Amino acid sequence: MSGAPEPTPEHDDSTDAEVVLSVRDLEVSFGTKRGRAEVVRGLDYDLHRGETLAIVGESGSGKSVSTLALTKLIPIPPGRGTGTAHLGDTDLISLSEAELVHVRGQRIGFVFQDPMTSLNPVHTIGRQLTEGMRHHLGLSEAAARDRAVELLAKVGIPSPEDRLGDYPHQFSGGMRQRVVIAIGLSCDPEVLIADEATTALDVTTQAQIIDLIAELQADLGMAVVWITHDLGVVAGIADRVLVMYAGEVVEQADAPELLSRPRHPYTVGLLASLPVLGDTERGDLAAIPGLPPPPTSLPPGCGFYPRCSFRSDERCATERPPLREVVAGHLVRSFYEVPEEQSRRASAATRIAIEPPDVRDEGVA
Amino acid sequence: MSSPLLEVEDLHVHFPVGRGRDRQLVRAVDGVSLTLQPGETLGLVGESGCGKTTSGLALLRLVEPTSGRVVFDGTDVRSLSKRDLRSWRRRAAMIFQDPYASLDPRLPVGESIGEALDIHGLHQGKQARRDRIGDLLERCGLHPRVADRYPHEFSGGQRQRIGIARAIACEPDFIVCDEPIAALDVSIQAQVMNLLTELQQDLGLAYLFIAHDLAAVQHVCDRIAVMYLGRIVEEAERLDLYRAPQPPYTQALLSAIPIPDPVRERERERIRLEGDVPSPIDPPSGCRFRTRCRAVFDACERIDPALQEVADDHRAACLLHGEVGTEVTG
Repeated sequence: MSGAPEPTPEHDDSTDAEVVLSVRDLEVSFGTKRGRAEVVRGLDYDLHRGETLAIVGESGSGKSVSTLALTKLIPIPPGRGTGTAHLGDTDLISLSEAELVHVRGQRIGFVFQDPMTSLNPVHTIGRQLTEGMRHHLGLSEAAARDRAVELLAKVGIPSPEDRLGDYPHQFSGGMRQRVVIAIGLSCDPEVLIADEATTALDVTTQAQIIDLIAELQADLGMAVVWITHDLGVVAGIADRVLVMYAGEVVEQADAPELLSRPRHPYTVGLLASLPVLGDTERGDLAAIPGLPPPPTSLPPGCGFYPRCSFRSDERCATERPPLREVVAGHLVRSFYEVPEEQSRRASAATRIAIEPPDVRDEGVA
Repeated sequence: MSSPLLEVEDLHVHFPVGRGRDRQLVRAVDGVSLTLQPGETLGLVGESGCGKTTSGLALLRLVEPTSGRVVFDGTDVRSLSKRDLRSWRRRAAMIFQDPYASLDPRLPVGESIGEALDIHGLHQGKQARRDRIGDLLERCGLHPRVADRYPHEFSGGQRQRIGIARAIACEPDFIVCDEPIAALDVSIQAQVMNLLTELQQDLGLAYLFIAHDLAAVQHVCDRIAVMYLGRIVEEAERLDLYRAPQPPYTQALLSAIPIPDPVRERERERIRLEGDVPSPIDPPSGCRFRTRCRAVFDACERIDPALQEVADDHRAACLLHGEVGTEVTG
């Protein structure tokens, strides 16, 4: 695409790359009938150019809200959002609604989970695709249209010129999500936020979309925040991972390190509870007992304390553990680390007894 | 092998769409055969629209099959009268994906379970009914006193436990589990899978486990059948299917499933499938996967492949193993 930044060289998760988004002390809460819901409780991270950061967590962990709050895509006020989030030199949190309009869709692109709800059913996809470009980039109708065709071709939609006049229902789920990605990319954003972007899709379509975003990322050099609950997806694409639980980051590390040597009891529990293809064991899965705490009544100490099988003394129950760096680049919010042996046993790498089938040969295996 | 609990032969479910001249048929299920032994779990996997849910519903006659045979423990299910069907349903239950949609929001959950008992006359007196509901809830990991609460007061995982309690209320032999964990968070999925396994062991249930999550299916099922566009394309023992998938579709499906191990996930080869699944209104002639298959050859258009034995207890519908099937006419 014209004006696209230089492609980044092979990214090695190092911190040399320029920081594009820097979030500090982000807190988001809402008033509810049952009291204040503290949905995000102090989030810090840096996102580098060309990097893929995965935010992992279950429903209610605050992973979506933490990114929606950056551009006030959730109602703030009445919700409360504090902290800073620097996109380049701009602190997003301090921007007014009028100023944010120039950030949303232009400097930060979004791809949401369900393309059927993120696309407007009564407008053609051509109109939805050119809207942002005309508004943000000031393109003429004809120029926007040309670029829309180019974008649709780029995301793999056959005969794009003929499809501009079609409505969302005329596309399949996978094709619709491609359109949403094209919209997300239309203004060359510095950051693309993919919020469960492939969750609603079939695995074969998911693989297509993941490859597509990775290719576009390599071409355009944008940074991607990938919000997901699927640790398999994380293993394939993420440079770094934040694991969120009860509104805070409980563990943060490079993806290979986090998945092979998790240290927080929640991360270990999550991995251990996951059925893994190629694992021949058939016993009970090591389920994490109980439920996550509601954001209106969080435990006073560690958020994971009520469900934790490694909890120890009073401190876990009463004191909120700090996020501490246990080895370089690996942060854990816990007073106690999971011993190496138990941690490795939970990892998929250890549990896989049958290798994935070799599919290089065509035809009969 | 003992006699099967369930035998399905050449099951078809077609839905008409459009009217008059525009009337067409959606061939949602188009010739499915399978058998299930007592106490066994058969996984039915495939992508959205492949007909796996419709197959499950048709087995219980929750949608009427267009043709085919369904024999349950010697009973021809399709020939049952309305009344006999009702009493037969005591033996075959269903668990749905979204327990929020499948529980009546205006009924205390205990009543949702109690309804099943009432219909089949399975309790004597109010107190016995109450006790039985309490037992069922407890068996599914909930406190008996929650019987008076409404569905919205529960989390997704708890609601699924209630759905399971209702399904086992009439002591069935067989349960169709339609995506029972898809709507749940990862840490809760394991709890529900463990519960299903435990109940199976205690009650000797047979499950048809319909899901798109192959890792979960591999964990809970004895055998797995893979569907594509209304047909079963492969059926094998749970580990054989993973170790040696035969039709190119199963190979592609398996290669698309992300594995939570970065080393393997980043190094392995994938088969990239292009395009979308064709419409079940007008499926390709011959092999239905031929339009996207990387090993396609001339026979695939001519012959509609039938399931054939490719190894011990392993069947596949693919012409690469020999041109077994029906010649396409016209």
